[in-house]
Amino acid sequence: MNRYLTQRLGFALLTLATLIVVVPILLVVATIIIRGMSVISWEFLTAMPRNGMKEGGILPAIVGTLLLTLGTALAAIPIGVGGAIYLAEYARDNWLTRAIRLAIINLAGIPSVVYGLFGLGLFVLFLHFGTSILAGSLTLAIMTLPIIISTAEEALRSVPMEFRTVSASLGGTRWQGIRYIVLPQALPGIITGVILGLLRAAGETAPILFTVAAFYLPRLPRSPFDPTMALPYHLYVISTQVPGMPLGIQYGTALVLLALVLSMNVVATVIRSYYRRRREW
Amino acid sequence: MSKERNEPKIRIENVSYSYGGKPALRNVTLNIPANAITVLFGPAGGGKTTLLRLINRLNDLIDGTEMSGRILLDGRDIYAPGVNVSELRRRVGMVFALPLPLPGTIRQNIEYGPRLAGIRDRARLEEIVERSLKQAALWDEVKDRLDSPASALSGGQQQRLCIARSLALEPEVLLLDEPTSGLDPISTGKVEESLYELKQHYTIVIVPHSVQQAARVADYAAFFLMGELIEHGPGSRIFTAPRDQRTEDYITGRFG
Repeated sequence: MNRYLTQRLGFALLTLATLIVVVPILLVVATIIIRGMSVISWEFLTAMPRNGMKEGGILPAIVGTLLLTLGTALAAIPIGVGGAIYLAEYARDNWLTRAIRLAIINLAGIPSVVYGLFGLGLFVLFLHFGTSILAGSLTLAIMTLPIIISTAEEALRSVPMEFRTVSASLGGTRWQGIRYIVLPQALPGIITGVILGLLRAAGETAPILFTVAAFYLPRLPRSPFDPTMALPYHLYVISTQVPGMPLGIQYGTALVLLALVLSMNVVATVIRSYYRRRREW
Repeated sequence: MSKERNEPKIRIENVSYSYGGKPALRNVTLNIPANAITVLFGPAGGGKTTLLRLINRLNDLIDGTEMSGRILLDGRDIYAPGVNVSELRRRVGMVFALPLPLPGTIRQNIEYGPRLAGIRDRARLEEIVERSLKQAALWDEVKDRLDSPASALSGGQQQRLCIARSLALEPEVLLLDEPTSGLDPISTGKVEESLYELKQHYTIVIVPHSVQQAARVADYAAFFLMGELIEHGPGSRIFTAPRDQRTEDYITGRFG
């Protein structure tokens, strides 16, 4: 009876812990939806901001965030997946690759504002990209790389070694084995890592603060060298920098950002489960 | 014995091999005749699998190993600089202890090697699929479902698929590493039967999963103990009148 009670108590505590995790998340989401829903309109999504951002829409911020995410993906996916392939498939286990791995793990722990400063120094000033989508995308890409590399490497390593041996025994080169057998098997895991990284990039404020984000720029960017507004930074601005801001617009902006990120997440899950179902071992 | 002296398909000359300083083969010299089944047998850890994997250079994939001696295929050193390893592995096919179909369909499994070798012609691939599945005695069981997943096959069928996959490349030599270790007796019988067929055209080197199997299939046999080749010769003699006491002890089940 005693043991039975202990077990009941244990389950109760664990359930409570789960609730403590879930409830705040639900509250946050619910608050944002309830308070933000009222300002969401066609105009809010498709118009330029007016009257010191107190009226009109947030189109440039939406477009800016989409472009930045796209730019980040273009830069980070080839480099990140390429790096992961090198580390998992080609690199020998020596002090150099161990140092590289350690560096990647540590990079993931660097505060994002430091990436922002680094981007300012390297891309904006030294390479003369100016405050631009290009500089911002590359800064976000660098921040995203550790996530992509470490998850992609993990995904590649989880493909059994024997597949590589079989491919080699059938006359395949190392690269052919990777290209035709290992990569397709690792794809769901790689996609997960990529999306996780991009989600983080899409929601970040600090790295774009000095490298791309415009405080108030009611027009759409025309080239990669233009600055742009972006949702996270816009949210920061209208929440802290503009006096007399209607509360609804803040919650509306947060809702749009949340919806964007969550929908990317859903897309990722769908792609992942599609590939996972095609996997046959 | 006389056959061994004329033109062996594979000559293994004074081969020693170690993994990170741990010796796996000590000064092994062995000729492997063409169009016959040569059995490498002995207790675990004797270096049989290592020797197999040296013959098609699969151990190239492992770091920290050391090899001395030569292995000649048709008189050519396969470890000489400039040897095309992919080409070598197409000539020397391998079947592993655990059948591991590649992801995809039965057909894709068979076509994988030929496609990498540059064969794209549909009719030709079609022909290869049929021929290799027939050679591996699997055709009748799968001819109506070539495009279903290979993973849905039974263990015995998967192993015959792996044999067919190797045969698709029309290798000259087929290396088999305990190909029936995971199979039931009926499947084992089928695999062994296909080996008898195959030796008409191929040179077969097999690490059997038991002494009984060794005795059943061997034209020639070589007994390995702790990295050393103890004795070798025609199977009929090795299994009836071994010259070395250790071979006899192993065959009669005194250890192993």
